[in-house]
Amino acid sequence: MIATRIIPCLDVDCGRVVKGVAFRDIRQVGDPVEMARRYYQQGADELAFLDIGATFRSRKTMVGIVERVSREIFIPLTVGGGLRSVEDVRRVLQAGADKVSLGSAALADPQLLSRAAARFGSQCVVLSIDAGRDNGAWRVYSNGGRRETGWDAVGWARRGEELGAGEILLNSIDRDGTGLGYDLDLLRGVSAAVAIPVIASGGAGSLEQLAPAVLSGGAHAILLASLLHDGRQTVPEIKAFLREQGVICR
Amino acid sequence: MIGVIDYGAGNLHSVRKALDYLGLANSMIRNAGETAACDRLLLPGVGHFGSAMERLQASAMAAALQDWLAADRPFLGICLGMQLLFSASAEAPGVQGLGFFAGHARAYACRPRLQIGWNRVHAARPSAIWQNTVSEYHYYVNGYHAVPADRSIVAAVSDYGGEFAAAVQCGRVWGVQFHPEKSAACGLDLLRRWGTS
Repeated sequence: MIATRIIPCLDVDCGRVVKGVAFRDIRQVGDPVEMARRYYQQGADELAFLDIGATFRSRKTMVGIVERVSREIFIPLTVGGGLRSVEDVRRVLQAGADKVSLGSAALADPQLLSRAAARFGSQCVVLSIDAGRDNGAWRVYSNGGRRETGWDAVGWARRGEELGAGEILLNSIDRDGTGLGYDLDLLRGVSAAVAIPVIASGGAGSLEQLAPAVLSGGAHAILLASLLHDGRQTVPEIKAFLREQGVICR
Repeated sequence: MIGVIDYGAGNLHSVRKALDYLGLANSMIRNAGETAACDRLLLPGVGHFGSAMERLQASAMAAALQDWLAADRPFLGICLGMQLLFSASAEAPGVQGLGFFAGHARAYACRPRLQIGWNRVHAARPSAIWQNTVSEYHYYVNGYHAVPADRSIVAAVSDYGGEFAAAVQCGRVWGVQFHPEKSAACGLDLLRRWGTS
């Protein structure tokens, strides 16, 4: 049985980890390499680095961070934010990333998923979907939640899988940073529609909200930011609590 | 010196970073002649069985590897590198593997078809890299797994929609289906034991 992965997520802007609420009110929370080291030592199953600056300078800084982290941290590393081409993907994989997360770039150019999967394999292509509720459906947004697209989340997840994505990182933009809990209907809808792992993101504010994402939402992994960065919980505490709820953890 | 074989598949750098971290001398090797300077060979791999064999054949590395394996010299194949030790794979019908072990690789029958994540590895018997029988988590990323014809080479098993060979061993030749270089402390310990045994 595969264990449910706990993935601390570091949103990085020009070399600093930041955290926003509902994609706004950005504040700094720490140094990415130090934080990565701490979560690795705590027993994190994977780490995600998302470059939210996505400027040329910020992206260059991210490559440096990945190079440093991959020399001393031996768990899978996922890197995303501002990757627009196969060459961008190659650069971060070369630096030491194991997977890339593609969001807005895949919406603008869906074939990017196929090209990246053909060149590097589906296992390293994570399709990141920002979805928000809209009249009983879930719309997909691009550009950090600012631009609405014509896609609904389930349809886009299916299409992404067909094009070669190996995993779906599903973020609820309504819940992001709010602590209100995961959007379980959204998770269920997407995880039932695809045969690739779904990573739940956006909304976890307490331990009690985590297990339902797996047991009811069908998530294979949980991406966490606020809950960990605030120092309210550690990775071992989270895993111990999840095990009590019947979730298999490493 | 551990020779890490570069055959154009990804993931070579993470293995080397892990070996560097452990202080195990290693170098990247691309052609058959370079194996002479090595006392251990490591065949990493995420990639396609067919294109990997094609590249190994083109560089004459396949024949050099077959000689190395036949001489029972220290060897570790990781993920695809383990599958390449077998005769064939459903991923590339008609393509011959290195054929050191009889058997073939086949796709998982369960969903998701790609096994992505941490899974328990149960070592079935004491060996050079597992002194005792253990049950520990390692990180997997694979859609195919080897089915050995001779069950006695199976050194460890995991379960993904059924039991499968997590590690195989015969003499000093090892293959592991998971990625020790991405399996935190358990994986690093395994690489250290292999690299120093």
